[in-house]
Amino acid sequence: MDKSFFKQHISQQFNAELEDIIKQVMAMGGLVEQQLADAIHAMVEGDLELAEKVMTSDYQVNAKEVEIDEECTHILARRQPTASDLRLVIAVIKTITDLERMGDEAERVGRMGLHLLDEDRNSAPMADIASMGEHAREMTRGVLDAFARMDVDQAVRVAQLDIQIDSLSETITQKLMKQMTASPDSVPRLMDIIWATRSLERIGDRARHICEYVVYFVKGKDVRHTSYDQMAEQATGDRH
Amino acid sequence: MSDSQTHSINVAQSTQAHRGLNLDREDICLTAEDLKLYYGEDQALKGLDIRIPKNRITAFIGPSGCGKSTFLRCFNRMNDLIDAARIEGTIRLDGENIYDKAVDVPELRRRVGMVFQKPNPFPKSIYENVAYGLRLQGVNNRRRLDEVVEKSLKRAALWDEVKDRLHENAFGLSGGQQQRLVIARAIAIDPEVLLLDEPCSALDPLATLKIEELMIELKKDYTLVIVTHNMQQAARVSDYTAFMYMGELIEYADTDTLFTSPAKKQTEDYITGRFG
Repeated sequence: MDKSFFKQHISQQFNAELEDIIKQVMAMGGLVEQQLADAIHAMVEGDLELAEKVMTSDYQVNAKEVEIDEECTHILARRQPTASDLRLVIAVIKTITDLERMGDEAERVGRMGLHLLDEDRNSAPMADIASMGEHAREMTRGVLDAFARMDVDQAVRVAQLDIQIDSLSETITQKLMKQMTASPDSVPRLMDIIWATRSLERIGDRARHICEYVVYFVKGKDVRHTSYDQMAEQATGDRH
Repeated sequence: MSDSQTHSINVAQSTQAHRGLNLDREDICLTAEDLKLYYGEDQALKGLDIRIPKNRITAFIGPSGCGKSTFLRCFNRMNDLIDAARIEGTIRLDGENIYDKAVDVPELRRRVGMVFQKPNPFPKSIYENVAYGLRLQGVNNRRRLDEVVEKSLKRAALWDEVKDRLHENAFGLSGGQQQRLVIARAIAIDPEVLLLDEPCSALDPLATLKIEELMIELKKDYTLVIVTHNMQQAARVSDYTAFMYMGELIEYADTDTLFTSPAKKQTEDYITGRFG
C-alpha cells in the first residue's frame, strides 16, 4: 500500500474526503508536536511566556479533534467504507483521540513551567527530563510521518523508542525519590516534576498506540496489547 | 500439462482463494469441485471449488459478467435449460453428485429452491401461489393445504399482511410482498437450500430490509446462497462471502474478514470501489 492508494477510487469525491482527513490528522499532529516542544522548553528553561502560550493553545488541538471526528462520521454515514478505507477511518478516529490526550499531557508539562522555581530546576535532573522530552517529540514526529507514508517499518521503529522513554522515566523517578527522602521539604515541589515526567511517559505510550493503529490500517492486524517483539513480528509478516 | 499437474495447480489456487476461511466447525451442505461451465466456446466458470456450509448465508459478489449467477444456477441445474451450456466437474448436495445421471432433476429443484431478481408470482390467488407446489405433488387435502399455506406465509413474514385476502390475486401485492410470496412458495415444498439471485434489486430499501430480516430468520431451517450486486447487503446478511471475477473465485472468506481485511488486492479494489 502506498500514498497513491487513496487516490484510486472511482469516486473522486471519496478520494478527496479520505485525503482530507489524512491531511487534517497531520495538521493536528503538527499542533501537538509544537505544543510539546514549547511545553518542554517552558519547563526546562523556565520560560513563563511560552508556558502561557501552551496553556492557551490547547483549545486548537481540541477543536481539530472535533472537526476530524465530524468528518469521519460523515464518511461512515455517506460512504460506508470497507477494507482499507474502513481501517483508515477507524485508525484516524482512534489516532485523534490519542493526539488530543497528548495535547492535554503537553499542557500539563507546560504548566510546570509556571510552577517550578529556579532552585527546583537546579536540583532536579533536568537534563534527563529534556532528553525524555526529546524522545517523546521524536516519537510524535516519527509516528505522524509513518502514518502519512503508511510505513509499517517506521511505525515499528518508532514504537521501540517508547522503551527508552519508559527507562528514562524510571531513572528520573528514582533520582527524585532519593532527593525527596533526603529533603522532605522539597516533596511538594518535586512531586510536580514527577507528574511532568509521568505526562511525558504517557505521551510515549500514546504515540505507541498510534504506531499500532498504523499497523492496523496498513496490514489489517490488531497489535494492541502485545509486546514490542510480537508487534514487530506481526507487522512484518503477511497480511493473514 | 499432465492431469496431476493441473490438479495441483487447482488445489494451490483454491487454497490461495480460501485463505481467510475456516469451515471446520460447519456442516457442509453444498460443494463444487473443479467446476467448469462453457457457453459454446466461451468458458464462463474456470474450475471453481467451494464448500457452502449448512444453515448459513453465503453471498457471491463480483462485477457484472463475472459468473456469479451462472455459478448459482449450477446448484439446482438451471443451466440445463440453456442449450449451449456445458458443464464439467462436480457439485455435491449432502455428498451426492447432483450431475449424476440417476438424479431426478425436478426432485433436485424441490430440494434446492430458487428466487429470482424480479418477483414472479403466478397469475393466481395468494393462496394458490403458495399451494402450487403441493398441488403438483398431488396434495389436495384442504386442511393440509391450509396448514402449509399458513405456515409458509408466516415463515416468509407475510401472513399478517395477507391473511384477510388470501384469495385475492397475487399481482395486487407490492413488489416486496410479491418477493416474500415467492419465498413462501419456495419453502412450502420444504426445500433444503434456497438460491437467491439478486432478490432485492427491484425493491425499495425498506422492502429490502424486510427480505434481509427474513433471510436471517430462514437460515435456521435452510441453507441460503445469495447473489447480490449490493455489497452492503452481502456485508449485512451473509456469514461467508465469495468474491468472483471473470469466472474465477478470487477470494472466499468469512464476511467479517472479507470486508475488513481482504487478502487479495482484486477483492480490495472491488469492495472499496477502486479502478480494477
